[in-house]
Amino acid sequence: MDVNLLREQFPALAQTLEGYPLCYLDTAATSQKPKQVLDAIANYYQYDNANVHRAAHQLSTRATIRYEAVRDSVQAFIHAKRREEIIFTHGTTEGINMIAHGLSQQVKEGDMILIDTAAHHANIVPWQMLAQHTGAIIKPIPLDDQLRIDHKAYLQLLKAQPVIVALCHVSNVLGTVNPVKQMVAQAKAVGAITVIDGAQAIAHMEVDVQQIDCDFYLFSGHKMYGPTGVGILFGRYRQLDKLAPLLTGGEMITSVSFENTEFNVLPNRLEAGTPPISEVIGLGEAISFINALPKEETQTREAELLAYLHTSLRGLGDITLYGAHDDNLGAVAFNLADEHHQDVGILLDQQGVAVRCGHHCAMPLMQSLNIKGCCRASIGVYTNIDDIDRFIDALKSVKELLL
Amino acid sequence: MSSSQIPQPARAQFLALTFDSEAILARFKHAANWQERYREIMLLGKTLPKLDDALRVEQAQVRGCESSAWLYHCNIEGKNYYLADSDARIVKGLIALLLAVTHGQSAQTIAALDIYAYFDELGLTGQLSPSRTNGLFALATAIKSEAK
Repeated sequence: MDVNLLREQFPALAQTLEGYPLCYLDTAATSQKPKQVLDAIANYYQYDNANVHRAAHQLSTRATIRYEAVRDSVQAFIHAKRREEIIFTHGTTEGINMIAHGLSQQVKEGDMILIDTAAHHANIVPWQMLAQHTGAIIKPIPLDDQLRIDHKAYLQLLKAQPVIVALCHVSNVLGTVNPVKQMVAQAKAVGAITVIDGAQAIAHMEVDVQQIDCDFYLFSGHKMYGPTGVGILFGRYRQLDKLAPLLTGGEMITSVSFENTEFNVLPNRLEAGTPPISEVIGLGEAISFINALPKEETQTREAELLAYLHTSLRGLGDITLYGAHDDNLGAVAFNLADEHHQDVGILLDQQGVAVRCGHHCAMPLMQSLNIKGCCRASIGVYTNIDDIDRFIDALKSVKELLL
Repeated sequence: MSSSQIPQPARAQFLALTFDSEAILARFKHAANWQERYREIMLLGKTLPKLDDALRVEQAQVRGCESSAWLYHCNIEGKNYYLADSDARIVKGLIALLLAVTHGQSAQTIAALDIYAYFDELGLTGQLSPSRTNGLFALATAIKSEAK
C-alpha cells in the first residue's frame, strides 16, 4: 500500500501552517476524514436530504435505506449477532451515559462498580452519577508499575462481586491495550455487566464483540475517519432490551396517549428524535474506507510507526515516556524533562506539529502518574515516517529553546 | 479573583513591579523569527516574580487555562496593578506582555486597549485565540474585568 497515495484522499493533510506543512499527530483526539466520507455527507445533503423512518416520499425512503444500511455495515464490522444490537448515538460519551442511566433500575445501594484507572472521563463520570443516584460504590482498578491493569488487584476486586466492570479497550492517553477478552470472562464469572469503551481501539484493530463477549461496546465515528456527532452503542440484545431509555420522545414509541406511552422495540427504542443522519451515512463510508484497507499490512505498518516513534523519542534524550510498550496502539504519551506540557505543545504547534497536550480527560490517570499533564502524539493510517521525523526535529527545536 | 477570604499580596509587591513597554515592543519588533520571539517571551516571563505557594490558590486561578495561572489585582489611587504567575513558561511570558500594557493604568485606558491589535503588533497573532489549550484569552478577559 502506498501511504502517499492514501494521504491524497485526506484533503486536510495537504495544508501548511505558518509556512510549515501540517504534521498531524493528533488522530487519537480526532482523525482526519477521507474524501469519500466528505463526499457522502455532501451527497446526502444535496440529493437525499429528508428525515428517516417518517415520510412516504422518495427522498425519505432513500435516506432511510442509506441510514439503515449503515446499521448492517456496523453489525458486520464488529460481528454483532443482530442488527438490532447496533444503536446509533452521538458518540461514545452519549452511549456510556445511556448505559449508566439505563442500568439505574438494576443497580442498588452498596453495589460495586469497577472502573479502569486509565479510563477517559466519559467512562468515569456517568458511573459516578449512577453511583450517586443509587448508592453504589465506585472502585478503580489499579495499574501496575508498567501502567498496565494490575491483574492480581483486578482478580481481588472481582471477589467482591461487582455489578458492573467498565474498561477501556485501549487507553486514550497511553495507548496500552487491555486484555479485554480475558477480563470480560473473569468479570462475567462473578456476574458483572461488562462495558468496553472502544473509542481508541476501533480504528487500529479488528474488533469482534462475539469474541470479546462483552455486554456493551462503544465507539465514535470521528476517531475512525468518520464524522463527528455519531457513535455506536453495541449491546447484547438481552441487555439492551433491559435498558431504561435516557432520551424519550419521537421515534422511540409505538403509541402515545396523554395517559400512557408504549415504547418501540430495539433499536428504535433507544434512538429518540431525529438521528444524526448525515453523520451515520458518513460513518458507513468510513467503514467502507477501513474495510478496503489491507488489514494486516495496515496493522503492521502502524505497529512499526509506533515503534519508530518510541525509539525516536527515546533517542532524543530528556524524554519521559509513559507506559510505552511494543504492543500499544495508536498513541504515545511523554513529557520533555520538567517542562510544562503546554509550553511544549505551543512550540510544536508553532512548527505545524499538532499533538495533544494536557490531562487528556483522564485526570485520575494523571494523578496516579503524579503529573499535571503530558503530551501525546498519535498516529493513523495516513501517518508516515516523514511525519515522525518532522515531529522529532520540531521537538529538537523545542528542546533547544526550553532546556 | 481578589477576594477577602484569601491571602492578598502586599501593596508594596504590586508597586514593585514595573515594565518598560516601549523597550519590550522594540525587542519583539527586532526578533528575526519565531524562536527569537519565544525566547523574548520566556525572558520576559522571568521578570515576573514567582508567587508564594500561599498565593497560588485555587480562588486566584484563572479558569480556562490549560496551565495553572493565578492573578491578583489591586487598585491604588485609581490605578490598576496586577500580580500574576503561571506554572508554564510561555504562558507566564504572555501574561507579562499583557501586564506590560495594563499594569499601573487607569480603568479607562485598560478598557480602551485593543489586546488583539497589541498581540498582532508583537507578531503573536493567534496566541489570543479562545482555545482551551491557550487560556491567554481568559487571562486578558480577567485582567480587563478586574480594572476599576
